[in-house]
Amino acid sequence: MLPCGQPMLIPDNATESPDVNQTIEFLLNGKRISIAELPPTTTLLEYLRDNRRLTGTKEGCAEGDCGACTVSVGELRHGQILHRAVNACILFLPMLAGKSVLTAEGILGPDGELHPCQQAIVKTHGSQCGFCTPGFSMSLYAAYRNGGLNGADAINDTLAGNLCRCTGYGPLIAAAGDMDTATPPAWETGRQANERRELLALAEIGSIEYRTGASTCLIPATLDEFADAVARLPDATIVAGATDVGLWVTKQFRPLDDLIFVNRVKGFGEITKTANGLSIGAGASYGDAQAAIAAMFPDFGELIRRIGSVQVRNSGTIGGNVANGSPIGDTPPALIALGATLTLRNGSERRQISIEDYFIAYGKQDRRKGEFIESIAIPKLNNPLQLRCYKLSKRFDQDISALCGCFNITIEGGTVSEARIAFGGMAAIPKRAAAVEAALLGQSWDETTIRRAMATFRQDFTPISDMRASGEYRLKAAENLMMKYYLEGELPPEKSRMIGAGRTF
Amino acid sequence: MKDTSLDQTSPGIKGGVGADLGHDSGAKHVSGRAVYLDDIAVPDDCLHLAFGKSEKAHARIVSMDLAAVAAAPGVVGVFTHKDVPGLNDIGPIIPDDPLLVSDTAMHVGHALFIVAATSHNQARAAARLAKVEYEELPAILTVDQAMEAKSWLMDPYDMKRGDPEAAIEKAANTISGRIYVGGQEHFYLEGQAALAIPGEDDEMLVHSSTQHPSEIQHAVSHILGVPFHAVTVNCRRMGGGFGGKETQGNLAAGAASLVARLTGRPAKIRYDRDDDMVMTGKRHDIRIDYRVGYDDQGRIEGMVVEQALRCGHSWDLSPAIAERAAFHADNCYYLPNALIRSYRCKTHTVSNTAFRGFGGPQGMVGMERVIESIAHERGLDPLEIRKRNFYGRMGKGDRLMTPYHMKVTDNIIQDIVAELEVSSDYANRRAEIREWNRQSPILKRGISLTPVKFGISFTLIHFNQAGALVNIYTDGSVQLNHGGTEMGQGLYTKVAQVVAEEFQIDIDRVKVTATNTGKVPNTSPTAASSGSDLNGMAAADACRKIKANMVAFAADKWQVSPDQVEFLAGRVRIGDQELAFPEFVELAYQARVSLSSSGFYATPDIHWDAANAKGQPFFYFAYGAAVSECVIDTLTGENRILRVDILHDVGKSLNPAIDLGQIEGGYVQGAGWLTTEELVYDDKGRLMTHAPSTYKIPACSDRAPDMRIRLWQGEGSPEKTIYRSKAVGEPPLMLGISALMALSDAIAAAADYRHDPKLDAPATPERVLMAVERVGGN
Repeated sequence: MLPCGQPMLIPDNATESPDVNQTIEFLLNGKRISIAELPPTTTLLEYLRDNRRLTGTKEGCAEGDCGACTVSVGELRHGQILHRAVNACILFLPMLAGKSVLTAEGILGPDGELHPCQQAIVKTHGSQCGFCTPGFSMSLYAAYRNGGLNGADAINDTLAGNLCRCTGYGPLIAAAGDMDTATPPAWETGRQANERRELLALAEIGSIEYRTGASTCLIPATLDEFADAVARLPDATIVAGATDVGLWVTKQFRPLDDLIFVNRVKGFGEITKTANGLSIGAGASYGDAQAAIAAMFPDFGELIRRIGSVQVRNSGTIGGNVANGSPIGDTPPALIALGATLTLRNGSERRQISIEDYFIAYGKQDRRKGEFIESIAIPKLNNPLQLRCYKLSKRFDQDISALCGCFNITIEGGTVSEARIAFGGMAAIPKRAAAVEAALLGQSWDETTIRRAMATFRQDFTPISDMRASGEYRLKAAENLMMKYYLEGELPPEKSRMIGAGRTF
Repeated sequence: MKDTSLDQTSPGIKGGVGADLGHDSGAKHVSGRAVYLDDIAVPDDCLHLAFGKSEKAHARIVSMDLAAVAAAPGVVGVFTHKDVPGLNDIGPIIPDDPLLVSDTAMHVGHALFIVAATSHNQARAAARLAKVEYEELPAILTVDQAMEAKSWLMDPYDMKRGDPEAAIEKAANTISGRIYVGGQEHFYLEGQAALAIPGEDDEMLVHSSTQHPSEIQHAVSHILGVPFHAVTVNCRRMGGGFGGKETQGNLAAGAASLVARLTGRPAKIRYDRDDDMVMTGKRHDIRIDYRVGYDDQGRIEGMVVEQALRCGHSWDLSPAIAERAAFHADNCYYLPNALIRSYRCKTHTVSNTAFRGFGGPQGMVGMERVIESIAHERGLDPLEIRKRNFYGRMGKGDRLMTPYHMKVTDNIIQDIVAELEVSSDYANRRAEIREWNRQSPILKRGISLTPVKFGISFTLIHFNQAGALVNIYTDGSVQLNHGGTEMGQGLYTKVAQVVAEEFQIDIDRVKVTATNTGKVPNTSPTAASSGSDLNGMAAADACRKIKANMVAFAADKWQVSPDQVEFLAGRVRIGDQELAFPEFVELAYQARVSLSSSGFYATPDIHWDAANAKGQPFFYFAYGAAVSECVIDTLTGENRILRVDILHDVGKSLNPAIDLGQIEGGYVQGAGWLTTEELVYDDKGRLMTHAPSTYKIPACSDRAPDMRIRLWQGEGSPEKTIYRSKAVGEPPLMLGISALMALSDAIAAAADYRHDPKLDAPATPERVLMAVERVGGN
């Protein structure tokens, strides 16, 4: 891309074929934009800064970890606009097709008046160096569009993905609480109406085939088109939230030729409560799935709350998380502990496998050419509280687990009748603790059994040392989590949890 | 003319001294309209740069094949040390730090060559294509390895008072121990960046994100081989500095200027986050060994401390940083006999650099550990041991002399601690926590009150000077420029308040302009918490010179005596009549009166004899104290800070809102250093935590849910500082030490306080769990 080049706009009538859309169209600060020539892996951040000279959106890390590039992206959901904070640094332009992007400059009033969310930050002395501040503005803006923030937990969650090195956060927390959502400025109301009109018009656009150079980029609009696309380009990289693929580009310069974007596939993110539990479309973002999962499995909900940040959870999908096969896994330990089943689809063929069988070895999963994960089925629990998830990391929010242990143990008549225990971060794949489970099964649920089971962790795992923790710590902590699970049966949460539901602090 | 005394401020104007004025760029920050270096519009032919970096910690460069780099898309040129026309060096004190490696790479990430391309990403992608042949040499990576090998930048340095060995020998009780404290990445949100624009002849205009424009000017002029006057450095603001842009901007600015000179085109470099974390220095990690003799009351009689700091491969500012660590080895405590020995370890790692506190925090952590250990041995509340060891109050008594032979004459720590102890309800909470812990098998809580005494002044004496330039225009608007830089700390705002106060005009009339070596020359770094002290005084001096001109003019024109000319809010009274400020300015201009002046300030009464480690290196001390309460999970080591109470001394605050912001931000940054922020290197010297995915600064939810911060309402600085204010940039960072000590208290609770946890930092879940195991808590 040219450093200071002009936006590559083409007129609306320039498409060659009438059936296939060849441009990526979205709203940028209320104005319709049409992209035709930029590489599909151009990030929104690069586009804003280099092509549009909208330099208010900052690069702090280019990996989705600091939030300095936060923008608010709106899309239609059941006819209403849902605005959500996302990181522009790892968001590829094709992911914006049919959406509305707002930046810190774009929410100002017509004469440069500050938006109420921005005004709140100024009032509380919430900026010092100011570099992270536009990102904070936009996190607050997305919250503003969703009715504002109530209470410390909501504020912490909303701001967890925005790092500030100067203020210590107090003034920003105050700003989040002070933000005036009751009386929107006149311009805001008018713009929202316009935004909705434009988004409805963009929603008419069907699938998109975006070509630049040797790269073909498919943006299907239906599940069948998606299945066709995967069959047509079996070597293409499937991109959902790009919270990992984004880094392949920004950090590793990995060439990605053919791409399939799933963000416009209707029904791919559907979440359905079934008689047996929950069915989650693989395209559902963490943010989409969080409430449904939390309602059925409170501790799994809390685990999802701690994956990345709001920005990451708004982009990243549960299907992408599983498909990717990271050894740490985030959701897989919980899904394995719950005995979830994956539906893989190839064209019109479908097969079901147990999620623990999907992970074969490091970097190797049971996904065949032309196949994609369509949905994940999670069976319900008679006692939802028997699933407990423990994520250990250096920082509570916006951190990757050093280890993550999920325990689902059924006790009947004082004896362990079933045990499903799975860990991430302890092996090359998310993995069940078979020896520990065996040490528990059929035994009476008491401290002697627990101590015996703790001693078997080293048969299941030989964790490595890395920048997140030593192998020694991982093993010790995993053993202790077994004890914690046991003790938590006796203790109220305020005596065992320092974060999440039930804590007293 | 009435002298506006430094002790008086007037409420009649908007934004004068003492007002809770917002940051001058606040509205621009929130809306993205504040211009940072990478936001400056560049000419179309601007080149974008990236570094090729060493992959080895210590290796001779046998050969570099750069053909693929040069042939990569968009690449315009590739430059090595051979292309440097002047001195291939960027070292701030001695020339031991090459811009580009000429022979031997001294750390992973050492700059080997520069790629210039037509875009940022093209340059970054091309830089990876080099084929470098290394001859690996033995590498010393850690403090332990360096101490073992006696790998030091220079001989050990001693500060000594009395006979510590004899005192320890004689003492009724002794303890000894060791603490490791990790380093810290600055993680300013805006990475290092520079833009060089070649001018005519040998001129170079350098936009730099720097705390030290004059240092950049010098480095660039050395590299280009031109006089200082040919290089102009400009900095409007930084997206955070924290010490990380005191010297570390030299490499970026040097590279940009070199390419701009060689190509005749503007050249810009901004580090992506990974490069920034790998290539720039950090807070020094330290190993502290201590031996202490004390009486039955826990009063220290003699102490020997050995501080070994990892300096990295070159000097950078390490000698001064190590010296400040030694200066703060006492913290608030009187040490009748003390030896502080400083080892400046040379390692094949990035050259560590200034970071908020500049070694002081490391020194202070060691002392607080000593206090905790004595308290543990005596079975007393550490706060009691602290109180028994404080320096004499406000220069009273005989417990005043520091190990560097300066008397502490302004000590108010007793007063601050006494008030904080009450306001934080320390004693009751401590008792309640102990009771609670007895009922709680998994979670344990801890509490600690720690004090701070921090010496204010550059210990490099000649840095304690500043210049300013004040211009009044004929419409009565004022332009202010000074040598201090704005990194978010609100310096521009505070100094503008001084100017508004001096002229008694609303702050809106004062415009602060970018720091520029062409406007105010020979500036000192904005560092050592000195920004407002020095630049505020220099600006006041400039204002007073202009006012003197104006008063002389008025006295002459209206035939009154000078003391009948008075600057009132927005107006000037001359005898019986009053003129609006702009009107008065216009008349002065018409009468050909100079309305522009430079100002200057040099801190009085400081001296330092480094060779003998004696003198008066500090103008004054800033004081504060904090109470932190934490909770740990004894099964996982997870931990949280629950409540923080702070009482901090900023003298008479120039701007309480800004000062409170500095205090809160400082505490959180200090607590982050000692808890979640862990730098991990592998055994090849590669930094494994080189991005925010793996290096964890505090996030929003890490802030204690209950923080109560107050400014100490005292008499103001006893020294004649700017409006009796005190420096605030660095001292609050050390309030974060209370978090580490509170965690230590919680760990001790895991085994009923039987064992001294001896917790190292950072207190990650892993270190906390291992300490719980060590004390026998599980």
